[in-house]
Amino acid sequence: MPTTATYPEPVLRPIEVTTSKEGADEFAARTDDVKLSTDRVSILYGEKIAVRDVSLTIQERSIMALIGPSGSGKSTLLRCFNRMNDLIPGASVRGAVTLDGENVMETDVSVVELRRRVGMVFQRPNPFPMSIFENVAYGPRRRGQNDRRKLDELVETSLRRAALWDEVKDDLRRKSGLALSGGQQQRLCIARVLATDPEVILMDEPASALDPVSTLRIEELLRELREAYTIVIVTHNMQQAARVSDVTAFFTMAEDRAGYLVEVGPTGRIFTRPNERLTEDYISGRFG
Amino acid sequence: MAQMTTANRLTGLRARPGLLERIDVPRRVVFLAAVSMIAIVALLMAFIAWQGIQLFVKDGVSVGEIFSPTWNPLANAGPEFGLLPFIAATVCVTAVALLISTPLSVGLALFLSEVAPNWAKAVVQPSLEIFVGIPSVVWGWLGITVLVPFLADTFSGPIVISLPIAGPVFSMPGFLTGFSWMAGSLVLSIMVLPTITSVSYDAFRAVPQELRTGSLALGTTRWQMIRHLLLPSALSGVLTAVVLGMTRAAGEALAVQMVIGNSPTMPAAITQPLTTLTSQITLDMGNTVFGEPWQDALWTMSLVLLIISITSVVLVRLINKRRLAS
Repeated sequence: MPTTATYPEPVLRPIEVTTSKEGADEFAARTDDVKLSTDRVSILYGEKIAVRDVSLTIQERSIMALIGPSGSGKSTLLRCFNRMNDLIPGASVRGAVTLDGENVMETDVSVVELRRRVGMVFQRPNPFPMSIFENVAYGPRRRGQNDRRKLDELVETSLRRAALWDEVKDDLRRKSGLALSGGQQQRLCIARVLATDPEVILMDEPASALDPVSTLRIEELLRELREAYTIVIVTHNMQQAARVSDVTAFFTMAEDRAGYLVEVGPTGRIFTRPNERLTEDYISGRFG
Repeated sequence: MAQMTTANRLTGLRARPGLLERIDVPRRVVFLAAVSMIAIVALLMAFIAWQGIQLFVKDGVSVGEIFSPTWNPLANAGPEFGLLPFIAATVCVTAVALLISTPLSVGLALFLSEVAPNWAKAVVQPSLEIFVGIPSVVWGWLGITVLVPFLADTFSGPIVISLPIAGPVFSMPGFLTGFSWMAGSLVLSIMVLPTITSVSYDAFRAVPQELRTGSLALGTTRWQMIRHLLLPSALSGVLTAVVLGMTRAAGEALAVQMVIGNSPTMPAAITQPLTTLTSQITLDMGNTVFGEPWQDALWTMSLVLLIISITSVVLVRLINKRRLAS
């Protein structure tokens, strides 16, 4: 049922654009601000184990990149954080996934509320078949925000943050979200998530279906969003992980085809001095 | 000879194609199928149109007269060919059938596409196919033996709706025999249910899965997703389904004729017997002689039916054109 609860004022934190790449130091300095974590998480599809025993912590306002070969369970793990795995018949998750210290896997957790706090951007842009404005207003409207002025404001702020405003402001209400280019569609999807004011944004290979210019724009955007949001991104593109993330987690597939975490650390270190031989082989292109 | 020059190879390709290749038999066969299909439809329409205008051309009935409410084709002193009762009845019976059937069918389609576990789909889908396969005479027979007596027994007295202070605000006569507008609409609503259900089911399935997950990932409930994303996205498909159901309902003759009571009167109460264009044609055609005004009037009724179905085809086209444009 549509909720009658009042919609919380959108808290859009100011963005300070920094180009700091010293992820390593920041990682060390902020270990107390754990936003998300997994504790010995295993994910099964029916009897088949897809991800085994992953324990990770993700700092607030940082970007964690999940890299690894296909089938190593990165996307599956990502979908745990907002429980999208619930939608897959036969999928089950063992272990604890916490958001601000609360286990989101508990049966009494509201999945709807969780997904409002943990937004998601998909691999293929999936704008709704409605106007650009309605696409962005979709989430807030479902939460009972019907005030025209506030919606106008929220749509504008979200589109600005997603670096799309200037390109679409003239036909917000006339143009369908489907009429945009692929890169614009993906930024629209990011704006749509931002409009619901999440704390965490999950991105499942958000640029893999885009051309290099659009990819670059998305990456710049990620660096900006990092100032206000916690971001977890799955990517096949190692340069992308190196460019945008603060922390990188490397996954691979065991002999029984179950994905597992090989190592995690500050992006700078993972790409220069990995601890594990498997990581080194992967990032240097000898494998995967 | 082993050394073939380039020029030689080219002439090899340019060799005259064989007879079969030149005539291209498969292409001609399918072309012929398409042409005969178009020809059949065109001839059919021309024939019905020609027969349908005889009432005006040969029998001297004016176009205005067919919109009179009186049907009396056998009167010695000036027979009357008012088709309005049939047209009105067709519209009314179809409308009520759709009012009953649309919410049920769309609900069922939503259930099948969004909610149903696999075992339920495995049961419901074949059941719908069986529904389609049941001949209309069986539905009519069921209507006569079950529905009509039920209506006559249960609501035989006048139906009155009273408010505490205002008193009776609505009243209509009860079902006398049970043969009625209501019986016709109920039977039709069951008969069009599979059509509307399967076409709207396809419309819902055509909405990409990514949109559903996109909506759920934004923290909407499943119901919000259905109400605000799925239904608007599939709207043109659902409208197409309703129009197709409408065509089927307006065109159904036998089952309706069996339960509607066959009384050429203007519709006023849902409890009264009526007769539709199709049911009147089935009822009368055996009693008429070729070329007499009475039969010409039946042809005019067929023409009206044809116009209704062409209109709905055009309607479906327009709806789908809009869908593609948006």
